Amino acid sequence: MKYTEEHEWLQVEGDIVTVGITAHAAEQLGDVVFVELPEVGTEVTLDEEIVVIESVKAASDILAPLDGEVVEVNDAIVNEPSKVNDDPEGEAWFFKLKVSDMSPMDDYMDEAGYKNFIG
Amino acid sequence: MSDLKTTPLTELHQSLGAKMVPFAGYSMPVQYPMGIMKEHLHTRAKAGLFDVSHMGQVILRADSYEMVAAAFERLVPMDVLGLPEGRQRYGLFTNEAGGIEDDLMFANRGDHLFVVVNAACKDADIARIKAALEPEIAVTPVTDRALVALQGPAAEAALEALVPGVAAMRFMDVATFAYEGAELWISRSGYTGEDGYEISVPETAADGFAKAILAHPDVEPIGLGARDSLRLEGGLCLYGHDIDGETRPLEAALGWAIQKVRRPGGARAGGFPGAEAVFGDLGGAAPRKRVGLLPEGRAPMREGVELFATAEGGEPIGRVTSGGFGPTVGGPVAMGYVAAEQAAVDTQIFGELRGKRMPVTIAPLPFVAANFKR
Repeated sequence: MKYTEEHEWLQVEGDIVTVGITAHAAEQLGDVVFVELPEVGTEVTLDEEIVVIESVKAASDILAPLDGEVVEVNDAIVNEPSKVNDDPEGEAWFFKLKVSDMSPMDDYMDEAGYKNFIG
Repeated sequence: MSDLKTTPLTELHQSLGAKMVPFAGYSMPVQYPMGIMKEHLHTRAKAGLFDVSHMGQVILRADSYEMVAAAFERLVPMDVLGLPEGRQRYGLFTNEAGGIEDDLMFANRGDHLFVVVNAACKDADIARIKAALEPEIAVTPVTDRALVALQGPAAEAALEALVPGVAAMRFMDVATFAYEGAELWISRSGYTGEDGYEISVPETAADGFAKAILAHPDVEPIGLGARDSLRLEGGLCLYGHDIDGETRPLEAALGWAIQKVRRPGGARAGGFPGAEAVFGDLGGAAPRKRVGLLPEGRAPMREGVELFATAEGGEPIGRVTSGGFGPTVGGPVAMGYVAAEQAAVDTQIFGELRGKRMPVTIAPLPFVAANFKR
């Protein structure tokens, strides 16, 4: 598992990267009430805002962590946004990207690095 | 954080695990470990205790209540003289343009007038009152008392157990009670749309009193986050957002707060700042109106979202002044101003969210029916 400074977790299986937000991020956001996901088939580029997530407190974005194509999205969290608080690093993944160039992954943190990052 | 003011309950909030944020110059609890959503729902289901000690408490005295009331009517378009002893009323300070400088509660406590104003406005309010009324009236800010609100359907039973007699109070009654030697100034009011009380307690007794209330199994501490969503569902204005120096009372749908005796034809009509401008909006003449807004779908529309009459093109007809997720409603709710022509309930308009116009329906306020004990 890799982590971004935007508090995303990234799990790689072959050329597919599953993206979600960390438990720390979910806790900071508070109760999530709305999630808007990209459409399957969308081509995204690194740092593009592709998800809108709103909690009772505020709206925030999730950025694409890599260039790629959105191949699957988790409609369960659109229908029931509170799942993001219940199981952020499991059932409540956000989207899956098909990625051709995995090299940016090397810049992302491992678990120890992320723990250090959030203090 | 060191320049932030604290309240007599700051240590208690910290011990309860509150997340503290700066608000109006104070360090205040925005939420406790329960979280905003559950805190909101708990208040509507049982009871919540809020620290509102940051708000301004002010006493106005002269030889009689009547003298104070007559003077105070020079600052507000409310019937202060006609307010019976032991009763409280909602009020507004107006400016020369008829705009709202602050909203407030004022109470006839027999030999004096007791006023509670917003935290962010309190210095300006006190200066305004002093400039206008001293030395005829003695204006004394109360700085040695905390203020807490206990809100929700279980508030009556929880407070009655500690302070016998409060259950007999009706909505907007005020009275003095004793609690372990401390004098409590209690009103049956609040700002959540629920039944409940606001209790002014000496700062030295505040911590013990708050802990005693929290010991009741139905009572949880509630932060500013849930206070905001509760008042939004209750259709209640947040000063500086839904009302400000540029909004006049009738635009803000607060005409009900101006009693007949202060209106044209009344025995004490006018005589407050901006009366002419305020009266110019009577009879449906206000060019814009504060309305409830129900966005379609799940996406919250927050403060600043621009509103349009049509799905494409055209100039904005208004904007959202408060908005978010309403936990009791179970979806997004908002308030804002729209042009008078679009203000009728059930009118469909559009709010622009991230470049897309999303349907919004004008809805009656409040979103959640008030649960007052009248």
